[in-house]
Amino acid sequence: MTDIPLVSVRDLTIGATTDAGRRVQIIRGVSFDIAPGEIVALIGESGSGKTTIALSLMGHTRTGCEITGGHIRVGTSDITAMNEKARANLRGTAVSYVPQSAAAAFNPSQRLMQQVIEISAIHKLMSRSEAEKKAVGLFRALALPDPENIGNRYPHQVSGGQLQRLSAAMALIGDPQLVIFDEPTTALDVTTQIEVLRAFKSVMAKGGISGVYVSHDLAVVAQIADRLIVLKNGEIQEEGATQQILDAPAHPYTKELLAAFKPVTQVHAAFERDPKEQPVIEVDGLFAGYGLVMNGEPQIKILKNVSFKLERGRNLGVIGESGSGKSTLARAIAGIVPAYGGHILFDGKKQQLALADRSKEDLRIMQIVFQLADTALNPAHSIERILGRPLTFYHGMTGRAREARVIELLDMVRLPAALRHRLPGELSGGQKQRINLARALAAEPELILCDEITSALDSVVAAAILDLLKELQRELRLSYIFISHDLSTVQAICQDVLVMYKGEVVEALPAARMASDARHPYSRLLISSVPQLDTGWLSGLEQDPELLAAFSNR
Amino acid sequence: MPASFIPYFLVAQRLGIALITLVIVSFAVFFATDLLPGDVAQILLGQAATPEAVAGLREAMGLNEPAIYRFLSWLAGLATGDLGTSYVNNMPVSQLIGGRLISSLKLAGVTTLFTVPIALSLGIGAAMARGSLFDRVVSILTISVISVPEFMIATLAVLIFAVWLGWLPALSYGVEVDSWGAMLRGYAMPVITLSCVVSAQMIRMTRAAVIDTINTPYVEMALLKGASRSRMVLRHALPNALGPIANAVALSLSYLVGGVIIVETIFNYPGIAKLMVDAVSTRDLPLIQSCAMIFCISYLSLITLADMIAILANPRLRH
Repeated sequence: MTDIPLVSVRDLTIGATTDAGRRVQIIRGVSFDIAPGEIVALIGESGSGKTTIALSLMGHTRTGCEITGGHIRVGTSDITAMNEKARANLRGTAVSYVPQSAAAAFNPSQRLMQQVIEISAIHKLMSRSEAEKKAVGLFRALALPDPENIGNRYPHQVSGGQLQRLSAAMALIGDPQLVIFDEPTTALDVTTQIEVLRAFKSVMAKGGISGVYVSHDLAVVAQIADRLIVLKNGEIQEEGATQQILDAPAHPYTKELLAAFKPVTQVHAAFERDPKEQPVIEVDGLFAGYGLVMNGEPQIKILKNVSFKLERGRNLGVIGESGSGKSTLARAIAGIVPAYGGHILFDGKKQQLALADRSKEDLRIMQIVFQLADTALNPAHSIERILGRPLTFYHGMTGRAREARVIELLDMVRLPAALRHRLPGELSGGQKQRINLARALAAEPELILCDEITSALDSVVAAAILDLLKELQRELRLSYIFISHDLSTVQAICQDVLVMYKGEVVEALPAARMASDARHPYSRLLISSVPQLDTGWLSGLEQDPELLAAFSNR
Repeated sequence: MPASFIPYFLVAQRLGIALITLVIVSFAVFFATDLLPGDVAQILLGQAATPEAVAGLREAMGLNEPAIYRFLSWLAGLATGDLGTSYVNNMPVSQLIGGRLISSLKLAGVTTLFTVPIALSLGIGAAMARGSLFDRVVSILTISVISVPEFMIATLAVLIFAVWLGWLPALSYGVEVDSWGAMLRGYAMPVITLSCVVSAQMIRMTRAAVIDTINTPYVEMALLKGASRSRMVLRHALPNALGPIANAVALSLSYLVGGVIIVETIFNYPGIAKLMVDAVSTRDLPLIQSCAMIFCISYLSLITLADMIAILANPRLRH
C-alpha cells in the first residue's frame, strides 16, 4: 500500500429537502480515506447515511439531496469540483457500483450481455467483441454457470444470486479503481450469500481493487472488509480495523450493535405449564397450496405433510430459505390459505381448516402478525381505530372502555398513550411493528403466529422487539410460532425449531443445540451458512459443493 | 407449449377477446337503437298515414319479426359486408358511409401523422427535464388545452386565422383541392384543433410513463454506469415505458373517428360522425347501427393494437 490514499473524503456534508420543503442535513462532516486495494465497510442502520455517502463518491445524489460542503477526491479527480459531464466520465471507469437489488437494477428489456458491457460502450473503452470476451472472463472468475452463453439471457431468466454476480461483472468491466457495494447480499438467501461473497472477495483481491462495502450486517462485513466505519445519523461514530472493532469496540453505539448480534439461546419454557394441559397447537399432516382448486387440490402445491406439536409456554421457530413454504405454513394454520389435507388441533380441539368456517372464538385464540407493518396497517386509520377494531369485534367494547383498553395495549407494547391519535405513517418502523403486535394482543390470543416480524427492522430495534415478546409471553401466558430466515433471531426466542425445505419439514431440532444436533444435510448446510462474527469464518468455511448445488434455490 | 409461442398465444388470445367484445357491442348497439322511442314506419309515413298503411310498411320492413331474429340477420349481413338499406333515402348504407368514412379516416390520418411525433417528443422531453422551465411550460400548456373545450378552440381558430388574418379558408371542404398548398390550407384548421384535443392527453401520459421508469433502480444504474441523460432515457427508460405509452396513444387516437362531431360541424367537414348525428335526427336505424359499429371497430382495433405492442415489447412475455 502506498502512502497516498486512493480516496479521500473531507468534511462531507449532504443536505436534503423534505417533502414539506424543509432543509435538513443528512450527512454531517464526514471524513475518511481509502488506501489502494483496501476494502472499507460503511456500517449503520437504515437512515444512517451509508448509501448516501457511498453514492456521493460517484458524484451522485438521489433526488432531493445535494452535496453542500466538503471535498471528495478519487484518484486524481476532485469529484466535488466537477460538472455532471466530467462525473459521468468517471462512473464505470474509475468508480463503479454494485446495487443492493440486482433484480431491480437490471433493465428487464435488455439482454444481460448488453448491459454488462454497456460501460465499455458508453466510454468507448474497447470493441464490442473484446468487451464480450472480457465479460465472459469475468463470468468465469465469478463462478457463474455456463459463462459463454449466460449473457444471451434476459434478467428474468437467471436467479437472484446469479444476477448479483452479474452485477459485479458489470461493475468490473471498465477496470475501476474503486467498487461500491451497496448491501449486495441483503436480498439473498444465506446459502447463496456465501457463494456471492466468495466470488466478490476473490475478484477484488486478484485485481487489487479498492472497495466500499455498505451493509448493516456486521457478520457479512467481517468476512470482506479490512476496515470498518460505523455511522449513525450521518456522522462517523467509530473507525478502525475490522478485527479491532469486533474485539474491542470503543464507542457505545458500536457495542450496542455488537450486542444485538450476540445470540442468546432459549432453553426453558417461558412459564410452567400444567402437565395435564393439552399442547396449545398440534398440526398433523398438513397440505396446502395456491391456485385453482381441482379435485380438491390446488394446482400449486406448497406444503407437504407438515406435522408438529407445540406445548404451552414454549415457542416454535420455523426456519428456511425463500420459497421453503414457511409463510404458507403460517397462513395455513391461520386459515387464510385453507389447507386441503391434514388436521389442526388447538388445545385438543379440532379446528376448521378454512378461515371462513371458524367461529369468532376460534379466530380470537390465534392471531397472526405480518412481516411488513407498513402494509399491514391501514395508512388512513388512526392507531386508536386500528387497535379498537378487534376490541369491538371480539369483545364488543365501545366508548370509554375501549379507549382505556387501547391505552392499556399501547402500554403493554411500551408505547406512550398519546400515540393513539396518530396515523401509522407518523411512526417509526419499530413503533409500527409494536402496534401490529398490540393489534394481535387486543384479541387476547393464546397463540401468536409471527411471520418474519423482525426482518425489516434494524438489529437494535429488532432485539428490543424480541425482548418485548419474551416479557409479554411471561405476563400473558402466550405461545409463539416464530417464522424467520434468520437463525439467530429464532434461537433468541424459540426452544424448538423446524427446518423447512421446499414445503416439507426436513428436521425438528432443539434451538439451543441446532448446530450439533442437525443430521439432515440441508439443515447442516443452512446452519453452517450463517455468517459468524469472525473475520476468518468465510475463508475457513468448508462446504461440500455437491451438497450446495443440490440444495441451493437456483 | 414451447416458451417461444407464448407471446403469439397471448396475441391470439387478445384478438379473440377483441372479437368477442365486438359481438357483445353489436348486441348492445342493435338493442339500444331498437329501444329508441318512436315507430319508424309511423315517422316515415308522417302524421297523416292510415293505420293500415303503417302496418303494411311495418310488415314490408320486417319490423314485426322477433328482435333476436332481426339481430341475427343484421349480424350476418354485417359479416358479409351488407350494412342494410337506409330507411330515409333507400340507398345502401355502405354507399352512404363509404365516402364519409374515407374523409374521416383521411382527417384522422393527417392528424395522427402530425400529432404523435410531436406529442411523444414533448412528453419524453418534459420527463427528461423534469422540474425545468421547459417541463413546466409544457405542463401548463397541456393542462390549459385540456381544460378548453374543442368548440372554443375551433371557433377561436376560425376567428383568428380565417376572419382576422384571412390566411386559411373557414370551411375545409368544398375548397378546390388542386395543389398541395391548397390541401394543406384546407386541412390546417381541423387538424390543429384536433391535435390540441388529442395531444394533451398523450403528452401527459407519456411524461408520466417515462418518469415512472426513470425512477426505477435500473435507470439509476445506467446513470451510475456513466450514461448521459439522453442515453439513460432513450435506451433504458423508454423501451420499458412503451406499453403504457402505446395505450395512451391508442386511447387518444380513438377519439379521432367517433368523437370529432364538433370539429366536423364547425368546419363543415363531411365526416362519419356528422353522418351519424344526421341519422339519429331522421331515425335512420341501419345507418346509426352501422356508424356505431364502425366507431367500435376503430376503437377496438386501436386498443388491441396497443395491447399487442405492450405484449411484444415485454421480454418476459417474449422469451
